[in-house]
Amino acid sequence: MALQKVVIVGATSAIAWEAAKCMAAQGAELFLVGRNPEKLETVAADLQVRGAQRVETFVLDVNDVARHQEMLDTAVATFGWLDGLLIAHGTLGDQRKCELSVEETLREFQTNALSVIALLTLAANYFEQRERGCIAVLSSVAGDRGRPSNYVYGAAKGAVSLFLQGLRARLARHGVAVVTIKPGLVDTPMTAHLRKGLLFSSARRVGRGVYRAMQQGRPVVYLPGYWRLVMLIIRLIPERVFQRLSL
Amino acid sequence: MLSTQAIPQSWGRYPRVKPARVVPIYWRDHLPDLQALPGPLLAYGYGRSYGDSCLNENGTVLAASHLRRFLAFDEEQGLLRCEAGVSLAEILDLIVPRGWFLPVSPGTKFVSVGGAIANDIHGKNHHKAGTFGCHVTRFELLRSNGERLICSPTENRELFEATIGGLGLTGLILWAEFRLKRIHNPYIDMERIRYDSLEEFMELCAESDEQYEYTVAWVDCLASGSKLGRGIFMRGNHNQSPEYAHKPLPRKLPLAVPVDLPSFTLNTLTLKIFNTLYDHSQLQKRVFKVVPYEPFFYPLDSIHDWNRMYGPRGFFQYQCVVPYDQGYDVMKEILQRISRSGQGSFLTVLKKFGDVRSPGLLSFPRPGLTLALDFANQGPKTLRLFDELDALVRESGGALYPAKDARMHGEDFKRFFPRWQEFMRYVDPKFSSSFWRRMALVPAREESATVEV
Repeated sequence: MALQKVVIVGATSAIAWEAAKCMAAQGAELFLVGRNPEKLETVAADLQVRGAQRVETFVLDVNDVARHQEMLDTAVATFGWLDGLLIAHGTLGDQRKCELSVEETLREFQTNALSVIALLTLAANYFEQRERGCIAVLSSVAGDRGRPSNYVYGAAKGAVSLFLQGLRARLARHGVAVVTIKPGLVDTPMTAHLRKGLLFSSARRVGRGVYRAMQQGRPVVYLPGYWRLVMLIIRLIPERVFQRLSL
Repeated sequence: MLSTQAIPQSWGRYPRVKPARVVPIYWRDHLPDLQALPGPLLAYGYGRSYGDSCLNENGTVLAASHLRRFLAFDEEQGLLRCEAGVSLAEILDLIVPRGWFLPVSPGTKFVSVGGAIANDIHGKNHHKAGTFGCHVTRFELLRSNGERLICSPTENRELFEATIGGLGLTGLILWAEFRLKRIHNPYIDMERIRYDSLEEFMELCAESDEQYEYTVAWVDCLASGSKLGRGIFMRGNHNQSPEYAHKPLPRKLPLAVPVDLPSFTLNTLTLKIFNTLYDHSQLQKRVFKVVPYEPFFYPLDSIHDWNRMYGPRGFFQYQCVVPYDQGYDVMKEILQRISRSGQGSFLTVLKKFGDVRSPGLLSFPRPGLTLALDFANQGPKTLRLFDELDALVRESGGALYPAKDARMHGEDFKRFFPRWQEFMRYVDPKFSSSFWRRMALVPAREESATVEV
């Protein structure tokens, strides 16, 4: 699938940048959306050097849902049409803080689930009437099963995965690919505070995987691929046993 | 592969020391407050320095490998600007298809631009192009007091010259701009010549330095007597024929040393076998070949983590330069000592440096012959050999390369780098490294007033 004109939301995230580098190398036109103008400009200049035919930036806090339509309209008006949308923003909140604060929990949910679902609702209609294109979203393996260590983040990602599953079936009839991407543990600024073990992979490896998955329009992709097996096993553990494991 | 969150190590994996903390630097616009961080501070890229110049025991390591974005590429002028953590590998991937090449290539492409400047690296074209620092037009330096300074030959010139080859001690390089070299295609016209003695090596240098951009020799460090210094001389130029311009480069097989091999893997016997085989791998006297640039410049990069071959005890690299006037005799003596010791490595490199001057105050390359080789860490026995070699280097007026060192003596450093007192005025008061503390330099009294810049 040609990914010539692509909107990337959360474009300053490490995985999004790695995927965008692959697109830039193919001479794509990129519309970068993010909260921080300086970071956006830094990434935009980089992608320009790497071969992107055109790079535009749009400053947006994704939780400002009222501006989603404006952002999409601007992207379409700028490029004429869109081939792809990659939603890559997210926060890995502090699970313990969430447990102690309703506000914190809802904020995590707002950023990781509701803002994504809001954006997808609008984008789905655009791609549906265009009858082609690809929507890819960074969900997470954390959304496959609730675990005590990060079930708030996991539940938000799980909601996104489920939403995408339905959306995929709806848009498949219209020639639009909906790609659910489930990265495992990735070495990025979001996980900077975590100890890095063997299960961590580089943002570059995962970002390239995102690009390939979008090109091929695959439905559900685990990155790296072995996480599919890991999560299959984790999902198969009976609830009573699972409760006793410290995961 | 390039993850830096793990404990920063040097390439020789000796000494094994730990910093107190690792602070990743992600964005130039959101830098940590260096004044608030516990010192001493030191930038760390991909850990390709061999010894302890990239280590900071009990200090704060600033992991700069996340600063790896391009800023600008002037494809007309061949001027590239990028963040300091960009690796040369990533630069090559970008520029080679567009007809440009690095002005200077070290033996591995997995080094950062910041590291290339801080060690003022050199390559097979030193006799023509000088060091990497000769091609840097400017960079931005962050000092621990929060100042951000653009340094170039015309702006903050003293800091510019102190930072090139300054071992990361003058502050954190945020980005740099440097000139590239035009190429027609990614191939090298390479000639390999088997030679039998040091005399012949000298003749080959004299014959080749004018017409060949790249020259280097691999030496059988175990050969002795009349065969002393024998090896394979390699020389090359960028291929210019249009027929190679669109020839796809071969895909590389990813090889890796997955685990530490036992320390005895590389012993005198295996080395002897390797060196003899390598020497006989070429039956003809001369071989001419057109080869892709990667195996020519970075033969060891195709085996990831090759340093693990030396096992958990790590290894030393010894690189010295001896001036031309006595170069031949001293090099002969050095090779004899190494050969007699039976230590020494499977990859010994000999090269003639040219006289292109670097702007760097502490730059290592200087006119003369340079020899670089690995030594498995065999404890006191290895260190004793180095002390013997040091004496020869010292007497000849030569020098050792800090980027490869884990054991030189502070007194020698002063002799090898006579401008060290001048340099110390530009060292950031909060920056230091394990190497720097080991040198324990104290400037003479009248020089000790530090100049704030």
